[in-house]
Amino acid sequence: MADRPPAGPATHLDCRVDARDVELLISVPTGRRLAIVGPNGAGKSTALLLLAGHLRPDSGSVRLHGKTVSSPRTHVPAHRRRVVSLEQNPGLFPHLTVLDNVAYGPRARGLGRALTRARTELDAVGLAALASRRPHQLSGGQAQRVALARALAVDPDLILLDEPLAALDVEAAPDMRRVLADRLSGRTTVIVTHDPLDLWALADLVVVVASGRVVQSGTVEDVLSRPGSDFVARLSGVSLLYGTALDDGLRTPGGDLIGVRPPSGWRPGADAFATIDPRAVAVHVTNPCGTLDTHVSCHPANSLPARISSLTPAGALTRVTAILRDGQRVDAEITSRHAATNLLSPGVPVTLLVDASTVKIHPR
Amino acid sequence: MTRPPLPRWLLVLATLAVLLAAVPLLGMAVRLPWADLPLLLSSESAREAALLSLRTCALSTLLCVLVGTPLAVLLSRSHGPLAALARTVTALPMVLPPVVAGLALLVTLGRTGVVGRHLSVLGVEIGFTTAAVVIAQTFVAMPFLVVSLEGALRSVDARLERTAASLGASPSRVLCTVTLPLVLPSLAAGATMSFARALGEFGATLTFAGSLQGTTRTLPLEIYLTREADTDTALALAFLLILSAALLMAASAVVRRAVVRG
Repeated sequence: MADRPPAGPATHLDCRVDARDVELLISVPTGRRLAIVGPNGAGKSTALLLLAGHLRPDSGSVRLHGKTVSSPRTHVPAHRRRVVSLEQNPGLFPHLTVLDNVAYGPRARGLGRALTRARTELDAVGLAALASRRPHQLSGGQAQRVALARALAVDPDLILLDEPLAALDVEAAPDMRRVLADRLSGRTTVIVTHDPLDLWALADLVVVVASGRVVQSGTVEDVLSRPGSDFVARLSGVSLLYGTALDDGLRTPGGDLIGVRPPSGWRPGADAFATIDPRAVAVHVTNPCGTLDTHVSCHPANSLPARISSLTPAGALTRVTAILRDGQRVDAEITSRHAATNLLSPGVPVTLLVDASTVKIHPR
Repeated sequence: MTRPPLPRWLLVLATLAVLLAAVPLLGMAVRLPWADLPLLLSSESAREAALLSLRTCALSTLLCVLVGTPLAVLLSRSHGPLAALARTVTALPMVLPPVVAGLALLVTLGRTGVVGRHLSVLGVEIGFTTAAVVIAQTFVAMPFLVVSLEGALRSVDARLERTAASLGASPSRVLCTVTLPLVLPSLAAGATMSFARALGEFGATLTFAGSLQGTTRTLPLEIYLTREADTDTALALAFLLILSAALLMAASAVVRRAVVRG
């Protein structure tokens, strides 16, 4: 999976859970950070429960740093593994002070100097001043940082992050992401996320799961630049169009043409797909080829008849999702002013003009 | 948030409820021999009954907490028909007529009882001893702790317990440092209710333990026995019980507020 050799014995999960119809094969080299992405119910949480030891696989095994902790014959319980979790909800113990929360792990594991360790970890997330507070006196971002300090205070073998930023507001999330990037670098980490920013900031490797199986894996760059599923395409912010390879592009099942210079190894006639950056898609309410709108370079290729499905305004820009004649979705990012002056709304027929120079095509 | 007004008849019925609780207490307050109270309460039999009640109730409350807490934890984690059966059986003494509870204990643990017969051979006699008082009190008081604690345990966030385990806490440690501290207010409330119920225990005690001064004659028994011959003493002891109950309720409220405030 990795292009570099692992630094030590890998953390390895190769499990089946019958009740959830999940069969996963995931490997994290020691010291690397792996993201698991996929639609809801794809098996991401199951992977975390298996690694943490809260769930036993029906068959297969879990190895932590080369040591088998789950197999049909053995099961090391959660409290004997050195695996900690950070979830959406910080889950601080409400009856303990911030310092006692962080010292909880070192005390439970009988590590010496629990309070000193706790103070060091609190300091590392910038919250030494809040040591004597109670959890209910903290903001969401502060609580999540305390939870991180508490997790790291036991010097874990593996850190599991389950959407740790999802519950934070827009001001607190970047802050926490920076702290996570800083504190997790070099530590073996598995992160479940829906946010592409987390992938870039917090992960080295990605596995994509769907319906309980791994469908794609590789480095973050690889997977996001060459998405193998609509889900990843949306995650990376691009649209994905399936079709058949032509000599100089791709034809969708609906007959639309995407004209692009083909990459090496391109075989016309084979299945292929194109990735389209929403910023390279213009939305016209009339067919520009049929008007006097001469400044638009008009070519039957890269001009896609579609119908608007939804508009998501975000300040000055609006994301338009349009459905092609064959049902495939293409996103466009246009100015909100353009959307307003052209009275764009769901159901309106439009023509999408794609700037072919930014489109990438891949064999399947 | 303001709500639409309540119907007037509701006020009438609610007032009736308050009167029902308050008037007998007021009637007793009027009738109480306030000036002789210290003298009445310092009589030999009164002192013995009060101390016996205090000792046995403390012991039975301790027993309730000691075995009732594990039972509540177990029940809170159990599902299915077996758990439902266990829940019903352990809660039954709460609604059982006390005299029936006493009878059940007597025919089981008494000298000729199903179990007591064998204990008797070993030289252990339970019936009509202080131990019988404690057993009777524990029997009737335990469900109050178990029921209130089980509800609280069910509402404890499982994620906190999972987090504690991930941080390396053994099952015992999770229970003692996370689960139980989080239900402390309910544990305190449950223990208070158990103590109060044990303090008022009469029927089961009289049936199973009898009424021997200094050994099994607790406050309620003493009140019952003296109420005709020496009404003033009975009233003084009743006042003592009311005062204890009020203090217990106040203490429970203080504990709950202290824990909530953190």
